[in-house]
Parts: sequence; structure tokens; C-alpha cells
Amino acid sequence: MAQFREPYNLIITGVGGQGNIMASGLVALAASAAGFKVVVGETYGASQRGGSVASHIRLSLRQSYGPLVPYGQADVIISFEPLEALRTAAKYANLETVVIVNTAPVYPVSVILKEADYPQTEDIIEGLKSLAGRVFSLDATGLAREAGDPKAQNIVMINALSNCPGLPLRRCHFEEALDEFLAGASSEQFAINRQAFALAVNLG
Amino acid sequence: MFNVNQPGKRVILTGNEAMARGALEAGVDFCTSYPGSPCVEVADCLFKVSDSHNIYGEWSTNEIVALEAAAAASFAGLRALCVMKQNGLAVTADFLLTLNHPGIRGGLVIVVGDDPGAHSSINEMDSRHFARMAEIPLLEPATVEEARDMTRWAFELSEQIKAYVIVRVTTRISHARGNLVLEKFPAKAERKVKVEPWDRFLCVAPMHGMVHSRLEQARLIFEKSPFNVYTGPEDAKTVVAASGPAALYAREALELTGLEKKVGLLKLAATWPLPRETILEKLKNAEQIIFAEETDPFLEQNLTSLLALYGRKVYRYFGQFSGHISGQAGPGLGELNTDLLASGLSKVFGLDNPVKVPATGHLRSILKMSIPEREMTLCSGCPHRASFWALKIALEMDGRQGFVLGDIGCYTLGAAKSGFWLLRSIMCMGSGIGLANGFGQLHRFGMNQPVFAVMGDSTFFHACLPALVNGYYNSADFIAVVLDNSLTAMTGGQPHPGVGLTATGSSVKPLHIEDVTAGLGLRTVIADPHRIDDTVESILELLQEKGPRVVVLRKECALAAAKRERKVYQVKALQCAGSECGCNNFCGRVFGCPAISMTAESKALISDILCTGCGVCAALCPRRAIVEADLTEAKN
Repeated sequence: MAQFREPYNLIITGVGGQGNIMASGLVALAASAAGFKVVVGETYGASQRGGSVASHIRLSLRQSYGPLVPYGQADVIISFEPLEALRTAAKYANLETVVIVNTAPVYPVSVILKEADYPQTEDIIEGLKSLAGRVFSLDATGLAREAGDPKAQNIVMINALSNCPGLPLRRCHFEEALDEFLAGASSEQFAINRQAFALAVNLG
Repeated sequence: MFNVNQPGKRVILTGNEAMARGALEAGVDFCTSYPGSPCVEVADCLFKVSDSHNIYGEWSTNEIVALEAAAAASFAGLRALCVMKQNGLAVTADFLLTLNHPGIRGGLVIVVGDDPGAHSSINEMDSRHFARMAEIPLLEPATVEEARDMTRWAFELSEQIKAYVIVRVTTRISHARGNLVLEKFPAKAERKVKVEPWDRFLCVAPMHGMVHSRLEQARLIFEKSPFNVYTGPEDAKTVVAASGPAALYAREALELTGLEKKVGLLKLAATWPLPRETILEKLKNAEQIIFAEETDPFLEQNLTSLLALYGRKVYRYFGQFSGHISGQAGPGLGELNTDLLASGLSKVFGLDNPVKVPATGHLRSILKMSIPEREMTLCSGCPHRASFWALKIALEMDGRQGFVLGDIGCYTLGAAKSGFWLLRSIMCMGSGIGLANGFGQLHRFGMNQPVFAVMGDSTFFHACLPALVNGYYNSADFIAVVLDNSLTAMTGGQPHPGVGLTATGSSVKPLHIEDVTAGLGLRTVIADPHRIDDTVESILELLQEKGPRVVVLRKECALAAAKRERKVYQVKALQCAGSECGCNNFCGRVFGCPAISMTAESKALISDILCTGCGVCAALCPRRAIVEADLTEAKN
């Protein structure tokens, strides 16, 4: 584990309905199990679906921080959607930030209505590389589909996060957290989510 | 986790769960609420455990009824909690400002959720003014842990001074998660729950003096409160006075600017009445005071007037009035954060702001466009989108420039793109049908535009009944459109009187909206918005008539329906003619369902993740190219 610099700031972002809150809950639980003081600020507003959502997660060994990461100070950005990765990085990234991004786009209504265009994914990745230190991209939705449910992309992304360089948490912390989360789930959901977390996700 | 009986266990809770926990640790007996974001889950949580903790819980029809019911429990000696959002507190105003006179018996606590930045509200509103107006104690937690602690303590304080207490939280506490250590649940003592022959609950003017003296008692208690904390150098010449999450942003901003060795932080949590002596003592060495708070300059006004009256010197003040502490759009507009406070502190001390936003000027040339906005939209399959489409078509066919007044719920989005910009007014709960009562009388002044007012099913019971009665009584000319998705969708699907379930899961005979309106003497028709043609026809028929009319557009919320049964539609690629069709991508581009995008050949493509199977696109498609997918086949 890398040396811990106080506070450690993670941002999980995506589109409403993609399972942001479950993902941030998992990270919070894992971090708490690892002994950190954890504060999570959720921004999800009125939209159960369709709007941008973000969870700011702050880990500290000494105090409870405010629930929002200051601009330019994210250590890791995990994004369930390419455009949201860029939107978030444009505010919170610095040249050491690690970005992990799901390459499956979710189109804004303005794009569906053909009032706006959606940028090319490779251009988004290039934009991310210009803002952050390292950018890892993966088709988490496709991988989740293989695991049995494309909606489990959030777990695939947390799986990827658990391999993130510099993260002060171990995979076992996430596994414990996932078990606690899935305690009441159906056996099918349990299997799918476990499978999504067990997939070999190579960041490199 | 908020409910486990394991004192000493370290857990992570959301702010809302923490407040529910605080109420349980105080032994709450009675909880009422009308669902409203950001704090709806406080009541959701307590209702889930009502049996095991012997709590009576109800979703009341609106906030004033909720507070009246909670007050009754308190009058009879029970501990009662009433939960509402900022706008709900305004709904209670009449009762709130008279309940302060008789005082209370069992602890009575109001948790109110303010929404700086209006994440899940139509406006920003600072509830704290009500505490001052009602002369009632106010607590403002800054963290998840404090939210639990203060909710618990508020019951004690309430009983000590015989007044209700307001706990004001913001979205950043309600929707935050943080660590806390669980404490024990009290053994509920056998209590005499009774209205004694001598009990009177009267608001009469001569009791006004009692209101003052209860507030003075609260001040004396607040002077010793551990919730008001000063940190930093004892002889600091500059002190930041802060409340709520802004106090945490201020602390981090002081660290980032390197000012923490020089500037003190007075974190106030018991903010009305202000603990005068404590504040004068803490500020005796200070010369400059900086204010950090959301939304209005409440602390700033109260503290500056306190120092003007009792202070022994002249201070310099920096805050919303001086413009140094400002939201993104200006002082008092939007939320604060560490960046904005670092920028404010830097301005006061003439420093370079240490917080830097990344440079993004180059992104435009990489993307060949700016980053497209992602606006909120109705969910795919949402019956409201179909209702708005039917209304739009009917209005166009009618041709008299009829217009639609809006209300509060998911369907407020009808004022934006996904409701085809149809809604022309959005204000408080019930305001659409209220306005329709006025517009509906203007034919005598030569206005011949048909007037529609939409309302959700929960809103119908909350705030629309008096206006509907008024419409009948005064023969207003309007069409009330009840968008009945059979639950309170916006706040997570809570039941209401029309559903047939209570807050704690008991069955009750549902109060059918059409029975209510028919009982009020209003002509009422019912349609299924997913059957677009029938719905348009029903509306056109009503448009031929006069007087107050009601159409109930009934279809279950798509999210609720999808939880029960998974249904997905798909495009038959050979049948969809794409750009050759002439429909101009009607299903996606015009109807605007977020589940439908275009392939490179301009053919429709339905996302199996987003589609909830409403089938409206299948009905709209001129080539019948959209069909229900066979999910059993897909699985195999």
C-alpha cells in the first residue's frame, strides 16, 4: 500500500440509475472496515434517472471532512459513463489523478433529441488524459453483461477500483463490504454481483 | 444498520438514518411526515421499525396535518417527531406560529431539510427564519454524527423548556454518510398517556410572555451547550463564525490557505436563540468576523445585531453583505463548498487562492464541441411523458392556445424538455389548480383559452382539495388533470390515501381520486396515458364542455412497475427504415424517451438496460417496427 496522504479523495460519478449510491456505499464500508474515518457526499438531486450523479468519498485518519472534494483534489475518479468522467475531471482532476472509466455511453436527452452531439469516445479519453495522471478505460457494461446483468457494471467498476494503484484499501475490505451489502439479496443477484466482482479486470 | 441494538458498534449511516437513530435513542413514540427530499428517509427508516420500537408512524396528507397530529401526541405526554422538507415547514406556518403559545408536554421535534442549491427542490429556502419568527430553539448539525446527537438531545431540550424544537439539516447532511458509534435504546418507561381534565392547549395573546421566557431558558441552556465549539488560537484577531456543513468547509479552507494558526473557528450549532454570553466571550479578542453559512445570512444578521447591542467594540464583518463569502452565482445563491470559502478567505487576507480549478480551455478542440449538458429527464417508460404528449396533441388539435399549469412532483419536469415545455407555472404544492381557479374566471374578460392544471396523485390529497371545492362552488372553467402514478414517486414511492397502504404497511380501503372528485360534484373521466389515442380523445371531449372538469390519467410509475415485472421492447432492424422512413426518428427524437438512441444508419435502437417496457414507442412507430422482446428467449 502506498503511503497515505490525508485526506484521500475519491469521486464516483455516472448517470442517475447506474447504481452510484450502492457503489459509494461499498467503498465507504470497505474504508470504514480498513479503519478510516469516512465521509461521503451524494449529489443525486431530483433525478432517479437521467441526470448526472456524483458521490464524493473522503478518507481520513484524523477527522471528518466536509462532504465535498475541493476542485482539483480528487485522487481517484471512477466514472460509470465517459462524458461524466470528463465533466468531473474538468473540475476535480489534477495531473496525478487516476481515472477509471466505463466506456459505455449513456446519451443525454439533448443527444437523443438530436439537439447536441455526443463526442467520440476516443476524444473523451484523450481529454481525460490531458487532465489526469493515468486513465484506465474498460467496457464495464459489456463485462457485466457477461457476468449475467449489464446493470452490475457498478460492481465491475468497483472491482477495477480495488486494483487501483495508490488506493489505501485492500480487496478483502471490498469483499467483506460486498457480502454485507448482499446479505438480503436474492441468490441470483448475489451470484451476479459476486461474479462481477470476481472478473479479472486488468488495469493496464 | 441504523436500527441494530448494539451499543458501542461503529457504523456508517446516512445523515437521514442518523437522525432516525437519534430519535430511536431518544425513545420516540410517534412520527408523522409528508414525504419531501432531502430528509424523507428519516421517516422512511422509522416507519420500517415501527413495530419493533412501538412507534406510531404515518404519512400524513400534508405537513400541517402532520405537525398537528404530532403535537397532539406531545400534548398527551408522548415523544413525537415530525419530518418535512423546507417547503413543508412553510405549509405548517399557521400552526407553527401558534403552537409556540400553549407549549408542549412530551418532547416534540421538527426535523426540517433545507436544500441549498435546490438539488431536489424548486427553490432555495432558509427554514431558520421560522425558528426566529416562532421564537423557538434551533439546532443546526454539521455532520452525520451531530445529526444523530442533536436529534436525540432535541427531545430532552424540548421537554426541559416545554417548547417544540427545530433541527435544521441541509441536503449535504441528509445525503451524506459518515461514521458514528451507536448508543443504547432507552427502556421505554410506562407513561401515563392522557389528557387531564385541566389540560388546555390554547393560543391566546396573553401567553406571548411565556413564549419569550421559554426562549430565554433555551438561551441559558445553549450557553453551556457542547455543540457550540471554538477552535484555533485563543487570541485570534479574525474568527470565522459558521454553522452546518459550511463549518467543515471553513475548517478545510483555513487549512488549505494556511490560516488555521491565525484565524479561529467558532462553529455554532445551537443558533437560535444565540448564546449571547458564550459568543461575547469567544469573540472578546477578535476584531474581524467572517461568516460561513447556507442559505441566507441568518447567523450574519443575528450575530451582527447581537454584537451591536452587547459588544464592547466595533468589529469588521465579512460575509454575504460584504460579498466576500459567496455562492457560485453570488452571495446567498447556491451551496458553499471548501473552494468558495478558500476563495473568500483569500480575498479577506489578500492571498492567492490555493484551490485551483483545472485548466480546461483545450478540451473544446479535443472534443470538437463543448461537453453536452445532461439535463434531468423523466424516466424511460414514465407515464407522465405520455400524458404530456397526449395533452400537447390535444391542445394543438383544439387550437385555442389552451395552456397547462404545473405543480410539484416528478411531473414538474413537464416545464422542461422531457415534458415538451408544456407547464407554464411552477410554484408551491397545489398552486396549479389554485391558479386555474383564477384563470378559469377570465372568460368574462374575453379570455377564451382553455385552462389545464396538472397535479400528482399525492399532491391531489396534499393541497388540491380546497381549490377543487372552490372550482365547484364558483363554477371555474378548468380541466384538472390528475397524473395518477399510484404512489409518491418523486421521494421514492411512498403510499398515500389513494394507494390502500399506510406508512407502516397496513391495508386500508383506498380513497379513489375519481370518487373524491365525483363527490365534490365535478365531472370526472379516467384514461390510461399509455393508450395515447384514447387519452387524446378523452381530453378533446372534455374540451367541448364548460365548468370544472377532471381527468384522471392513471398508470403506475414505471420504476415501480419495472420492479415487479421486467418487460423490454426492441426494434426490428429490418422493419425500421431509419432516415428513409420520413418519421424523422419520431420515437427517440420527438418523443424523447431516454431508452432510445440511433444507430449509425439512423435506425432506432432501444437500450435493454433503460427500457421499462411501456410500449408507447411501439404505438407511435408508423411502421410498427417496435415489438416486445421475448426475454425468456434472450436468456437461453
